[in-house]
Amino acid sequence: MAEGQFEPRIVGFLCQWCSYTGADLAGTSRTEYPPNVTSIRVMCSGRVDPTFVIKALAEGADGVLIAGCHPGDCHYQVGNYKAMRRYPMLLNLLDQFGIERERVRLEWVSASEGNLFAEVVKEFTETVRALGPLNWDAKAPAEVVAG
Amino acid sequence: MISLTIDGKTVEVEEGSTILQAAEKAGIQIPTLCYHKAVLPYGACRLCLVELKWSDGTSSIQASCTYPAQEGLVVETASERVLKTRKVMMELLLARCPNVKKVREMAAEMGVKETRFPKKDEDCILCGLCARVCNERMGPGAVNFANRGTEKTVSTPYDRQSPVCMACGACQLVCPVDCVDLSKITPHTLRPIPSEFDEGLGTRPSIYTPFAQAVPNVPVIDSTTCLRLQAGTCGACEAICDANAIVFDQEDTIQELDVGTVIVATGFELFDAGRIARYGYGRLKNVLNSLEFERLSHASGPTGGEILTAEGKPPKSVAIIHCVGSRDENYQEYCSRVCCMYSLKFAHLVKEKTGAEVYNFYIDMRTPGKGYEEFYRRLLHEGVHFIRGKAAEVTDVAESAEEEGKLVVVGEDTLLGTTRRVPVDMVVLSAALTPTKDVDDIARTFSLSCAQGNFFLERHPKLAPVEAASDGLFLAGACQGPKDIPDSVAQGAAAAACALSLMDKGVVVLAPITAEIDPDLCSGCKMCIASCPYEAIEFDEEKGVSVVQEELCKGCGTCVATCPSGVAKQKGFEDVQVFAEMEGMLT
Repeated sequence: MAEGQFEPRIVGFLCQWCSYTGADLAGTSRTEYPPNVTSIRVMCSGRVDPTFVIKALAEGADGVLIAGCHPGDCHYQVGNYKAMRRYPMLLNLLDQFGIERERVRLEWVSASEGNLFAEVVKEFTETVRALGPLNWDAKAPAEVVAG
Repeated sequence: MISLTIDGKTVEVEEGSTILQAAEKAGIQIPTLCYHKAVLPYGACRLCLVELKWSDGTSSIQASCTYPAQEGLVVETASERVLKTRKVMMELLLARCPNVKKVREMAAEMGVKETRFPKKDEDCILCGLCARVCNERMGPGAVNFANRGTEKTVSTPYDRQSPVCMACGACQLVCPVDCVDLSKITPHTLRPIPSEFDEGLGTRPSIYTPFAQAVPNVPVIDSTTCLRLQAGTCGACEAICDANAIVFDQEDTIQELDVGTVIVATGFELFDAGRIARYGYGRLKNVLNSLEFERLSHASGPTGGEILTAEGKPPKSVAIIHCVGSRDENYQEYCSRVCCMYSLKFAHLVKEKTGAEVYNFYIDMRTPGKGYEEFYRRLLHEGVHFIRGKAAEVTDVAESAEEEGKLVVVGEDTLLGTTRRVPVDMVVLSAALTPTKDVDDIARTFSLSCAQGNFFLERHPKLAPVEAASDGLFLAGACQGPKDIPDSVAQGAAAAACALSLMDKGVVVLAPITAEIDPDLCSGCKMCIASCPYEAIEFDEEKGVSVVQEELCKGCGTCVATCPSGVAKQKGFEDVQVFAEMEGMLT
């Protein structure tokens, strides 16, 4: 880490069966990638409520990564389609808050794509780094956001 | 039922049976040439003659194939009179066809060495089987008897190729002396049915047992080629079957079984070697893939295990190319695990059966397993040539006299540090093991994941190699990754054991991550019901709330994220729990 360089804090929601396992594979393969993404395991990307994303940004995250199984391969058949449908509405919501769309990303990573996961994290970290810290308090005063 | 005595044995047969059928039931052999179960008896060859002993002391000689069985009949099949008469019949046959192999064999068996009758030199014994089968059984009647008396012969009308012959080959099949030349009967090109199991190297009939180890080990009828099902003729198999096991009006049925455990063991397919055009598979003769060579060299294969080139001769030199499509970033990156060993096996078989020169083009020699390394050493001692280098191409363009008419394998010999051109008579391509074409459909049906190489993904590569990610679903064999027979068997046993232990428990253990809906707060919007992939949520009409069926819930949490009231909760993944995780990370 370079001195004084901004280190983005990114929360990742990874689905247990594909992306979490893929991230695990990146680990066991000793693939090097930036440590900026901390993962929260959910059973399916369909579990990811848009409120999770907003809450994460409100609690201090600079970016959020949602990762699930490739369309058609969801362990629960169609859960990732639900995630796919919520995502554009979530981006709309971000626009209304004045938050850059590039801070929230939806990716498909399968259980065997350890290298892809590492690449996504690398790239996303740089994207968020370029955007700078989120400064939630400036964008969303406390009165507007409940809880 | 009729009761009669044959050679002292009493036997009971149905009304309408012949003496020959009764003798068969009694286990007594009577020689025949013109008899065939598929057609009505004709009595042409006269070899099946027997002596009927009447109550008044007289006896008659009759053909057992046509004479009806009668109550109380006394029959002798090998009395002195019968044997003497039968020998005369044989002499007559031998006189007509002294050079026909089958006739000479039967004559020798009967002790008939010479014939007193003037000799002809005919091929056909005029048994009429071909005419009978064509007219009675198959229908077209393309061949039949022509002329009379000493001029009698079997032919097509006007001795021309018949327009009605359907080239079924039945006449050729039933002829006891192999004298039917189908090219004289039909202008059609004969299209034998290629045998799937013999990789198209051999043929099979419409009714066939797919292979010796088939389960169940009974014949099946290919309805696309069966004449009975397609054209309403033949049906010979049904007539012959003593067990009445052939039922032509069976329909395909779809059976639905309710199961809770499934073992997926859908196997593999061989890489299409034709994709690597420079190896000449499908273009050059005598380039075979490994499965084809396996059938060629197998004792139960189309050549009885004789290794022959397309020209029908044993090869003097054979090249075996390893890693065709495997360990190749252009095709499959993985090693197919079994090819080095079977390539060595092929090398050994070729050496043993033909003594030909064998050249194995390999990258690495992968021989783990008991006795495998020792087997490799043995081949080194047998004089098999091992060339370390991936073969670049197989060509039939000769660049020197010794390459004329041969296949030339061009490859690098990395140990010698030079390129080599090796002329051979036959090339075997050890092709990669790949997933079957329908692997994506199967994966979707069972919600299996496919991983490296597109093979099915196991739950854990070390600790759960035969379990799939979903409960009650197991994997076994090459569909999970290329492997040989011992490993496949081990996995099959393991998967069966896992499945059994799951079923034997008597209870289903649920992961404690199921969803639940607070009935007091649910507004009955039913959005969760629409979003559930497993239809695990029911609507309680009385209370007007949605209720999760815990046994069906798989714990994905989709309903929880969908619920607009935030009333649906997932055990272990509640909103507060996720928020707590976030807090821990970010503060």
